[in-house]
Amino acid sequence: MSVADVREAVTQAHHEEWARVVASLTRRFGDLDIAEEAAAEAFATAVARWPADGVPPNPGAWLTTTANRKAIDRIRRENKRDDKQKEAQLLHDDDSREPLDAIDDERLRLIFTCCHPALAMETRVALTLRMVAGLTVPEIARAFLVQETTMGRRITRAKAKIKAARIPYLVPSAEDLPARVSGVLAVLFLVFNEGYLATGPDTDPIRHDLIAEAIRLTRLIRALMPEDGEVAGLLALMLLTEARRTARVSAAGELVTLVEQDRGTWDAALIAEGHRLVRERLAARVAPGRYQILAAISAVHTSARDVRDTDWSQVVALYDQLVRLDPSPVIALNRAVAVAELDGPEVALAAVDRLEDKLAGYHAYHAARADLLRRLGRSQKSRAAYGKAIELAGNTAEITYLTRRREQLG
Amino acid sequence: MQYLVSVIDDTAGLATPEEMAAIDAFNDRLTAEGHWVFAGGLAAPSSATVIDNRGEEAMFTDGPFLESKEYLAGFWVMEAADLDVALKLAAEGSKHCNRKVEVRPFL
Repeated sequence: MSVADVREAVTQAHHEEWARVVASLTRRFGDLDIAEEAAAEAFATAVARWPADGVPPNPGAWLTTTANRKAIDRIRRENKRDDKQKEAQLLHDDDSREPLDAIDDERLRLIFTCCHPALAMETRVALTLRMVAGLTVPEIARAFLVQETTMGRRITRAKAKIKAARIPYLVPSAEDLPARVSGVLAVLFLVFNEGYLATGPDTDPIRHDLIAEAIRLTRLIRALMPEDGEVAGLLALMLLTEARRTARVSAAGELVTLVEQDRGTWDAALIAEGHRLVRERLAARVAPGRYQILAAISAVHTSARDVRDTDWSQVVALYDQLVRLDPSPVIALNRAVAVAELDGPEVALAAVDRLEDKLAGYHAYHAARADLLRRLGRSQKSRAAYGKAIELAGNTAEITYLTRRREQLG
Repeated sequence: MQYLVSVIDDTAGLATPEEMAAIDAFNDRLTAEGHWVFAGGLAAPSSATVIDNRGEEAMFTDGPFLESKEYLAGFWVMEAADLDVALKLAAEGSKHCNRKVEVRPFL
């Protein structure tokens, strides 16, 4: 086996087995810190040994056994077995509160613990990327543009809180599950969005690494909770968005709007998979949540071979449904943008202007206004709105796009 | 595992009779379900005295050790299997006493 093959095998094992190894060690030793360190050591051992020894027939089992041994070594080394056994009680695993059997996978326990509502959102994101996705602390720090030491401290503090406050290592009870799942999906959506529209001045406009991790984790949760509509909805939304990736940024590094994208470059396989998920949710005949509706909107767009074939009345109807579920001004803004295609820019502008109080600090509000004003021939006001949007936007490709649009006003 | 549930207040008013009745009923339930350890309401922060006896002699200072808009108005000590159970009980406590609460584990 060549060096490249072994490296590929390690990478694949890392993707497939990391979360399982961390989860099973956490279960066994009742300590996230020990589990994380032992898993990392086991993978380092694989990197060192597999080139000479060959890739074991069952890499997952090999890694779990090796990690278990590392964990026991550490506990012995620290020579505090009694303390550790006491600590092992801390990460609580109370089987009297039986979770739903169908979804009782150790990785799910890990995910729900990392996304616990008692942790700050940024902490949940960091912890999920470390413990479930297996990203290293420097990788996570780079992804969120903070210093390594800061990110390391954030993760260490989170592990300490989980232990001290006894955040349970459990899949929540059926009654709490919907709220907790939506907390997990919020974490994944945040990672995806930071990849989709990266906010840093020095980062790529699209962060493939973050998008790939978000999709990978959502696929994992989908596999673990195949009946959950919102999980399917979020996965579909991500796939249908990712399908348009290459069309979204021009060769010159400029954002290309949905209307102007070359639809021939969209990824047909991802679109087909996304559409399948959306159809599956429609067939379930259960009132959809927000991710399912967003996915359905994306499905309408990706069904049109030509932008002129877009079923805008369907898009607006879906936004109406979404507004009833989530009356946030950002949703209202997106609805207004769709309304412009159906009822014209004048009607849409009136709707957008009504959101000024709430969205004056949001770049997309000014960008939408600028575009509508441009279409109405009000160049001067449009120019001012583009200026505001450029000032507030963080994504480099979007800034380039908005700047060109402003210049074209003449 | 025990948790301190601190009741945080930012008004001068004491609990109303309705709030007191709701708290009493909640306390009865905590006792019945085995979560009760201890609870109490506190007099206004202005009634506090700070004592420092680390030096030669004990120093007494009038007033709370920390002047702030929000203050500790009372507390529960609860027995709970894990943080999820404690958070659920604390959320009910917040509703019944009509104030914010903070949950903190004992060592």
